[in-house]
Amino acid sequence: MTVNPTTAGASEPQFPLPSILTNPASAPPLLIAQGAEGRLYKTTYLVPELACAVKYRPPKPYRHPLLDARLTKARLSSEAKVLDRCARDGVPVPALYAIDAAAGWMALEWIEGAPVRQGINEWLGARPETDTTPDEQVDQTPLVDLMRRIGTVMGALHRTGVVHGDLTTSNMMLRPWKDGHTGGGNGTVLDGDVVLIDFGLATQSQSDEDRAVDLYVLERAFASTHPRAEAHFEYVLEAYGKTFKKAPSVLVKLADVRMRGRKRSMLG
Amino acid sequence: MALKTTALENRPWGALVHLALFHDVTNSAFLHSQLLAKNPDYEYAFIDASSIFSEHQLLSAAYRAINAAATSALQTPNVHSEVILSLSPNNNIADAYRRWGISPRTKSLIVLKIIFHDSPSVPGPQPSAAEVWSTISQLVSGTPVDPFSDAAVRKETNWAAVRKYYKLNGVAALQNIADDAARQCQMERLALMGMALRGL
Repeated sequence: MTVNPTTAGASEPQFPLPSILTNPASAPPLLIAQGAEGRLYKTTYLVPELACAVKYRPPKPYRHPLLDARLTKARLSSEAKVLDRCARDGVPVPALYAIDAAAGWMALEWIEGAPVRQGINEWLGARPETDTTPDEQVDQTPLVDLMRRIGTVMGALHRTGVVHGDLTTSNMMLRPWKDGHTGGGNGTVLDGDVVLIDFGLATQSQSDEDRAVDLYVLERAFASTHPRAEAHFEYVLEAYGKTFKKAPSVLVKLADVRMRGRKRSMLG
Repeated sequence: MALKTTALENRPWGALVHLALFHDVTNSAFLHSQLLAKNPDYEYAFIDASSIFSEHQLLSAAYRAINAAATSALQTPNVHSEVILSLSPNNNIADAYRRWGISPRTKSLIVLKIIFHDSPSVPGPQPSAAEVWSTISQLVSGTPVDPFSDAAVRKETNWAAVRKYYKLNGVAALQNIADDAARQCQMERLALMGMALRGL
């Protein structure tokens, strides 16, 4: 699911709400994002103090209702299963609170903080176009530290046998550290734990090919959203290479993928 | 009053959840037999407190059961038995009753009652919290914990059972955490996810 931020408030719903969100609550749901496949609302779960994200896949009127119901259910449940697998293996992902696959919604843990995309843009925006950091200090900067954290998280994800399928810097959150945390970003906009979100296109795969394509998609995303950070992508790969046994062979495969692009087949 | 009433967020059918905890319960065998006899006067979720680790867990199961009732998706005879099933990470109903439900030997008992105040199937005024409490306190012979609290629920937890029931032994995410409090927090998170994932 590609997500675009919208400005719609809760007072005037642009789209009909899923029926679960029409029930009484302490605050109205807030439409956060709208993508091709679904919508994301911020609301609360069980008690007013616990924020949650409700991901809703509305029925598609152009599909046969039976097929539509089956597809929606299968996609939501596969996303939920991937989240469970990640959580059990310690990959930082949002917790699943509740799911009603038949009704097309699931409630996820609300991740505080901003997307990595926003953090990097703010970081680069506050700095001059030409980097004056001396070469020997480059690998000490908060940006490089963040790149390494991203690489480590991706390695943890791939180690569990999951490929994300839509890795961009918008699908990673920077969850602020609790007080007392040391090291890392040194109190900058790049502080925080990297948390992966939006597993709508995720699949379970252990193949070098799929993992390499996952890395390649992120590399391309970096090149288009943060051209100035692209030079640092090597630190993502460097950290990734140390995370699990087969990571080095994935990096070898990545070179092949770069040569030919994301699609393996040249047909169609 | 030892009854805690919660109006859940995004609650269908105006459902209110009432919770009470009793110690030293002496009529567990009788309550158990009334459930088996399907006596409608005993339509409550009677939960063995040892397999419960937080109030949040109870509310989460209640919410799932309420949603199932409101979408005509109950897998058990009524919303209260559905609460018991919703505590379980697998679809075996008998298993769920045995692990989370009352047994004749239950000493610490959690009573959970759901009242729909805005349900299309049961119109008319519904019992108030005070009325619910007066009925519950007559049904259960035991010492109510006043006030009901998350901390009181946590004192009863049998973690060995919880880890077994939610398949948390040998989970990679828990082995790398050195801090006890953080590990417990993560364990609860995974158990709640297990509950949510049942049936997928």
